[in-house]
Amino acid sequence: MRWIATAIFAAVALLLPFFAGDFYINLASQILIASIFALSLNLLVGFGGMTSLGHASYLGVAAYIAALLTTRYGFDHGTAALISIGGTVAMAAFFGVIALRATGLGFLMITLALSQVLWGLAYRMSNVTNGDNGITGITRPAPFGLSLESPAAFYWFSLIVTVFAFVMMMIFISSSFGSSLKGVRDQPRRMAALGFNPWMIRWITFIYAGFWGAIAGLLYVYYNKYIHPTSLSTTSSAEALLGVIAGGSGTLAGPAVGAALVLLLKNYASAYIERWNMLLGLVFLFIVLVMPTGIVPGWHKFMARFRGRSS
Amino acid sequence: MQFWIIQGLNSLSLGGLLFLLSSGFSLIFGLMRLANLTHGAFFMLGTYLGAVILRDYSGLNIWVTALGAGIVVAALGGLFERLVLTRLKTNPLGQVLVTLGMAFIISDACLVLWGGDSIPVPTPRNLQAPTRLFGFIFPTYRLVLVGCAVAAALGLYFLIDRTRLGAMIRAGVDDRQMARAVGIPVSRLFTVVFCLGAGLAGAAGVLGGPILSAYPGLDADMLPLALIVVILGGIGSLFGAFVGSFVIGFIYTFGTTLFPELAYIILFLPMIFVIAFRPQGLFGRVGA
Repeated sequence: MRWIATAIFAAVALLLPFFAGDFYINLASQILIASIFALSLNLLVGFGGMTSLGHASYLGVAAYIAALLTTRYGFDHGTAALISIGGTVAMAAFFGVIALRATGLGFLMITLALSQVLWGLAYRMSNVTNGDNGITGITRPAPFGLSLESPAAFYWFSLIVTVFAFVMMMIFISSSFGSSLKGVRDQPRRMAALGFNPWMIRWITFIYAGFWGAIAGLLYVYYNKYIHPTSLSTTSSAEALLGVIAGGSGTLAGPAVGAALVLLLKNYASAYIERWNMLLGLVFLFIVLVMPTGIVPGWHKFMARFRGRSS
Repeated sequence: MQFWIIQGLNSLSLGGLLFLLSSGFSLIFGLMRLANLTHGAFFMLGTYLGAVILRDYSGLNIWVTALGAGIVVAALGGLFERLVLTRLKTNPLGQVLVTLGMAFIISDACLVLWGGDSIPVPTPRNLQAPTRLFGFIFPTYRLVLVGCAVAAALGLYFLIDRTRLGAMIRAGVDDRQMARAVGIPVSRLFTVVFCLGAGLAGAAGVLGGPILSAYPGLDADMLPLALIVVILGGIGSLFGAFVGSFVIGFIYTFGTTLFPELAYIILFLPMIFVIAFRPQGLFGRVGA
């Protein structure tokens, strides 16, 4: 049953551009990007117990570096992407050293403060970042000479990256390192007594999450061909966190589902009303008060009860 | 010389505002173990209320307006605490997330109600004339603002250190379980402190109006400043918030005038420095 559902889902995902219009293909690409981003945040929130409110930093900084290098300094896409990923990972390593001095709410506040500083920089350092106007004129790369200009081509490209990201993060979580991460989340002192180094485990996870945040940022900037300081804002971090929590933090598929829902909501709501931030706030209140464990675990619980009743 | 003195005074007045904002944040955090991310939005709501009230009823003075806006924001904060936060007692992460959601709702509501253009708050007429002191000219309102912050600091110190309510709050900060066990109504204390913090932020918003004016995004500008103040000074410590506010006031003001592009990086250096060597903040207690 489960395998059939998975196979159908895979077939639909793979063949989507053959039966869907451009609007839906683009929407699907956005969902893929958002789900890589949410999955990377979930490494911290769900598996590491580190609730970060500054994850947009990695998406935004990677996007800004790639945008600046290709539009202003004439770098080719491959080099720009490598420098962008390298720079973002280095920044994650540095931010990790600062933020991991604290845990829990202190960690949350430090990540928020750091990301707000970057947001402020993106707005105010206008001779570099072009401030509120954002950076335009970004092109999409053409890996192996294949153009990604059409919505379908970009969708398949994003799909490949997403599947790769998903598999890589799954391996990360199911590895022995992933087990020690979960151990540090639940019982840091026991883990330390067993000879593990909780700080190092958290730091490596922080950097790894930053890496996938950077990948999401590159896709984001290639998709939009434009970058604006709002991609670094708290709203952007909060949307991803809402996706993780709505979908169910600490599950593998949950955040991807949650991110898709947040994105669909944003797209459909903005067609009717302008008040996305207010709606986002209300959804936050609703999710936290009504389904604090998230949609995917809630669904599993519901299905288990349903099966239990029918058998 | 005049430049340094004027900027010094600007720093002091920003520091004063930051103290009004962050002292409430710090108290709430200390007592409730809650990072109240709505705090910047409470401040902005205060500024908007002040701007709109003083625009429409020019006869009112700013002190009455600040008091009124403080009470309105405190009432809103109290409602939010009673209706939402108490339901999430066992879910600290959920509490932070709903304060974030609330911040989005308030800031978007301000945008709906009062539009995207900034609304100036007039400086009180009797404080518009500059003051001459030791041969230098000072903007009077900023001097008065520093006075307000010092008065608020003294008032808070008196409240926390000398009254029965303050003793109960201190007991709750130190050991919530124990305080409950000896019969202190900790849950009601939460509401009181939350109202107090929200009210201080709202009143600070009005008083900061003549300097900052009300504009969308004010909350996102103020919240990180409050966070940095509290991280720097030590979470839950009033004295830490006091020192941190003036340190950040100085760094931010001189940073923006001397190196406008790098102000944000400069702001962030003392925070890194403190976190590296004293993660609990300058005046924070270990384990708090």
